[in-house]
Amino acid sequence: MLRTVDLFKHFGGFVAIDGVDFELEEGEKHAIIGPNGAGKTTFFHLITGHLRPDRGRVEYEGRELTGLPPHRIVKAGLARSFQRVNVYPRMSVFENVQVALMARDDRHFTMFRIGARFNRDETSELLELVGLAEEAGEQAGELAYGKQKQLELAIALAERPRVLLLDEPTAGMSPSETEEAIRLIHEIADARRLTLLFTEHDMTVVFGIADRITVLHNGAIIASGAPDEVRGDPQVRSVYLGEGGDGAA
Amino acid sequence: MEASRIFPRPVAIACAVVLLALLAVPLLDSRYLIDLFTEIMIYALFALSLNVLIGFSGNVSFGHAAYFAIGGYTCAILLTTYEWPFAPAFAAAVVASALAAAFVAWFCVRLTDIYFAMLTLAFAMVVWGVAFKWRSVTGGDDGFVGVAVPAMLDSRVPFYYFTFVVTGLSAALLWLICHSAFGRCLVAVRENRIRAGFVGINTRLMRWWAFVVAGTFAGIAGAIFGMFHRGMYIESAFWTESATVLIMTLLGGIYSFFGPAIGAATLFVLERLTNEYTEYWPMVLGLILVAILLFLPDGLAGLARKLASLRARGD
Repeated sequence: MLRTVDLFKHFGGFVAIDGVDFELEEGEKHAIIGPNGAGKTTFFHLITGHLRPDRGRVEYEGRELTGLPPHRIVKAGLARSFQRVNVYPRMSVFENVQVALMARDDRHFTMFRIGARFNRDETSELLELVGLAEEAGEQAGELAYGKQKQLELAIALAERPRVLLLDEPTAGMSPSETEEAIRLIHEIADARRLTLLFTEHDMTVVFGIADRITVLHNGAIIASGAPDEVRGDPQVRSVYLGEGGDGAA
Repeated sequence: MEASRIFPRPVAIACAVVLLALLAVPLLDSRYLIDLFTEIMIYALFALSLNVLIGFSGNVSFGHAAYFAIGGYTCAILLTTYEWPFAPAFAAAVVASALAAAFVAWFCVRLTDIYFAMLTLAFAMVVWGVAFKWRSVTGGDDGFVGVAVPAMLDSRVPFYYFTFVVTGLSAALLWLICHSAFGRCLVAVRENRIRAGFVGINTRLMRWWAFVVAGTFAGIAGAIFGMFHRGMYIESAFWTESATVLIMTLLGGIYSFFGPAIGAATLFVLERLTNEYTEYWPMVLGLILVAILLFLPDGLAGLARKLASLRARGD
């Protein structure tokens, strides 16, 4: 469904992504793991158009996405959340989601009609889904961290994507929030038949959600397969899991 | 409940009072007051237009006077030199400002923050340079004087009501634009341009439209200004004029729709009063600016909101 071919990106002399061939199958819950600096976030940025690759291609359902701006890639059906919280702080929680829905429906150039009436029911439904119904009227910037992450998820879901990319969906969360987030992501991915691609440090999250794991190391894929295969892979153990690297469990 | 959220009752009451008071001004039969309020309405519209760009899209312009001047000069020159009738001259002035803004914005939206602001300033200086040097058309630094104002608007009170209707309708239209889906998405672009891009908003195009809307309505204000003064002068295109309207907007409060209009009225009246007693207006202006930046980050509108919430808590 989503494919990268020989993807390559460097920053000055540092090679962040070194010729990655990757394939995401429809319906998968696919985790990308790897030590800090392995290139996970850069890989996400390349797929979603935030960065432009120096070489290689990104294809989605046979369509080339390479070099398209983010807003075009979102329209193609790929939505993402961010590692660091990324909401509209001075807008209400409700408006945060409503804007995403208006953008999905291409209403963002509608100038001569009151905007507050659009997409109200769907906004409420989404807030209900991620458990933020009670916070609808609050300013997004004043929400607790974990709740802002939930809000991010609602914003990403608003685009009604087919592929959802989550960059460390539980980063900075407490253990109980993490558990809740895993349950939520599972539930939503199944209910909406989403294909999921996510990065994560926390191995409980990885093994709690993923049905397929790809390991990045120094910008290259060193292993890819079912969780048990990857867990047993000697190379993976040596660079990552066994060495007590960050987040190793 | 829904309507009260986008148009809270105290704001609605304040709007009604201001509109009625403005309607009644000519009854006082004071030339001084009629002229004063005509000019306040013009500057209020000018500041409201700038705030589409600053408050709603989050892009600071240091060259907004350019579109005010283009509207003013175009209307004045077409009426006088080419003896066009009023309606087409006025319409052409608005179109000219819109086109100029569209052209400049095409370059500016490729930049952000201070680079964006400096480029708006650079283009505004070009407009000033043209007004200054193209003496045969604009009158250069002597100004373009003796504007042929249509007979219908040639006396004080009709011109006052003309200004009232045009600025009122323009403000209403701006209000609608700022509260439309476009306006909401524009705030999202201001709050977080990257995230807005990732929900499918073409942020560059949004900022381009905001610039065009701002320039168009500044042109309307400028066209009225030129007719009111029966002349256009290059000072109207100079960067100090851009700074004045910027300070008006900041003083009123950029996170409120009506704030800039309040700021425009306040600053304009303060300038008049100060000039009656001293010649140190620039110094007073400097102190006002310091006060806004230190004590009133959200301007007068922010202050009003804070007082209202304090009072609500006290009840």
